[in-house]
Amino acid sequence: MLTVTNIETFYGPSQALFGVNLAVEAGELVALMGRNGMGKTTTIRSIFGLTPARSGSIEFEAKDLRRLPAYRIAQAGLGLVPEGRRCFPNLSVRENLVVTSGPGYWSLARVEELFPRLAERRYQMASTLSGGEQQMLAIGRALMTNPRLLVLDEATEGLAPVIRREIWSAIRLLKEQGQSTLIVDKSLSELLPIADRCTILEKGRTVWNGQPDALDDAIRDRYLGV
Amino acid sequence: MDKLKTGIIAPPGLPAMPARWFDRKGLVQIGLLALLLLAPLAAYLLGHIYYINLASRITVIAMAAVGLNLAIGYGGMVSFGHAAYFGLGGYVAGISAYHAFDFTPFMSWPVAIPGSDSMLVIWLAAILLCGLLALAIGAISLRTTGVYFIMITLAFAQMMYYFANSWPSYGGEDGLPIYLRNTLPLVDTNQPLVFFLICFAGLLLSMAITSRLMKSRFGAALTMARLNDTRLATAGISPYPIRLMAFVISAMITGLAGALYADLNGFISPTMLSWHFSGELMVIVILGGVGRLYGPLAGAILFVMMETLLGGLTEYWKLFLGLMLLCVVLFAKHGVMGWLAGRERNE
Repeated sequence: MLTVTNIETFYGPSQALFGVNLAVEAGELVALMGRNGMGKTTTIRSIFGLTPARSGSIEFEAKDLRRLPAYRIAQAGLGLVPEGRRCFPNLSVRENLVVTSGPGYWSLARVEELFPRLAERRYQMASTLSGGEQQMLAIGRALMTNPRLLVLDEATEGLAPVIRREIWSAIRLLKEQGQSTLIVDKSLSELLPIADRCTILEKGRTVWNGQPDALDDAIRDRYLGV
Repeated sequence: MDKLKTGIIAPPGLPAMPARWFDRKGLVQIGLLALLLLAPLAAYLLGHIYYINLASRITVIAMAAVGLNLAIGYGGMVSFGHAAYFGLGGYVAGISAYHAFDFTPFMSWPVAIPGSDSMLVIWLAAILLCGLLALAIGAISLRTTGVYFIMITLAFAQMMYYFANSWPSYGGEDGLPIYLRNTLPLVDTNQPLVFFLICFAGLLLSMAITSRLMKSRFGAALTMARLNDTRLATAGISPYPIRLMAFVISAMITGLAGALYADLNGFISPTMLSWHFSGELMVIVILGGVGRLYGPLAGAILFVMMETLLGGLTEYWKLFLGLMLLCVVLFAKHGVMGWLAGRERNE
């Protein structure tokens, strides 16, 4: 579905990615892992054309995504939940959701069913939501575009445990529905049981790729520092 | 799909609730409208025609600023060239009236276009031409942002200014008089009060359009484009056409105000196109409150009253305007409306 081959990305003169390889097949949940600063977010920014890759290839359903503007990449079927709680604070929950809606399974009603807290706060400004609710809103906003591949960047970082559990159960539910997902997250205990495959980045390179069962302690110690 | 998809999506719910007439914001808004409507009525009863025309002037300038506010306040596009649309609207009214007065055609080839002294025809032409001009200027300017956008809109407006200045058929830098005010069916536009009411209706209409637009899905997308266009883009919506559309609508409103302004003064000149006027409109929007529906009205009342009252006392009244602007920028970032009516949800 998504095939990222050997991409190199720069921030101005400094190189951040030195050859990232990554693949997500339809229906899979792929975990993108690595310590801080190893290039996970940059990889996602490159996929979405926000920090375009200078070399390598990014293909989604046999379509070349490199050099496309971000909105065309999103239109091609990728949905991004960016790092941090990125909703639009000055718009209501409903406005945040409705603006990006596209045809497909996900509608306002279905998102509100997935996250009942959003239904309760439908008319509130997004700025008045708690961090966890804003994160739910960001996920809901991405789902409203009906993406064939959902990309979650640190969706549960810095949230209260009770909210985390809600978000993880939503992610599990999405996986059961066959949603293809690429996910960056640090809570391995939640992530590994549902991941189909893991890709580990180290200093801007893909250094390990395999099934979560094969992720032994040696690899964890070496690349994830846990 | 959800039936809300294209309709009004602003809620009847809590903080986004529209102003109720009896809360602070509602009272201020109704007060401003009532002031603007009742002052000329009182002036009419007392026989002071000058004050009716002053109210018309406030109304028309407020309407031009409503247009600019859509670009600056809601769309985040700091246009320093809205005089181009104001002036174009004015020139449409003036040139059309000139040919109607002379019984000469505006164009005889390839199609014959006669002049017209009908306001309806003039308004339609002004709106269409301003929309087309803004489409062209916006399509180029919106590829830039920040200070470049400010400069490029200014440059286009100055091109219009110098063009009008050096076009002798329509008066060049001396301008062109409109000997007879253009007409509307059924009413006598020469009556100052009637003309004021026409302007007032135009102002209300432009504010209603802005309000409705900003409550639609389009308005929410425009807000998103202002706040963070990459975030909007990663949701599959290109910010560019949304901004361009808002820019065009903004220019159409300002252009219609320009056509009314020409009829109000019975005179057009390149001054309407000059950067001073673009600047004044910006000052009005900032004074009133950027991105506030009633901000342009509050700003225009303040601006024109200062111009009239202080301008009668001293030639240097703009010094006081400058001080006031400084105070607004430093101490009351949400302008007069923010100060009178409190903050709004989009601040």
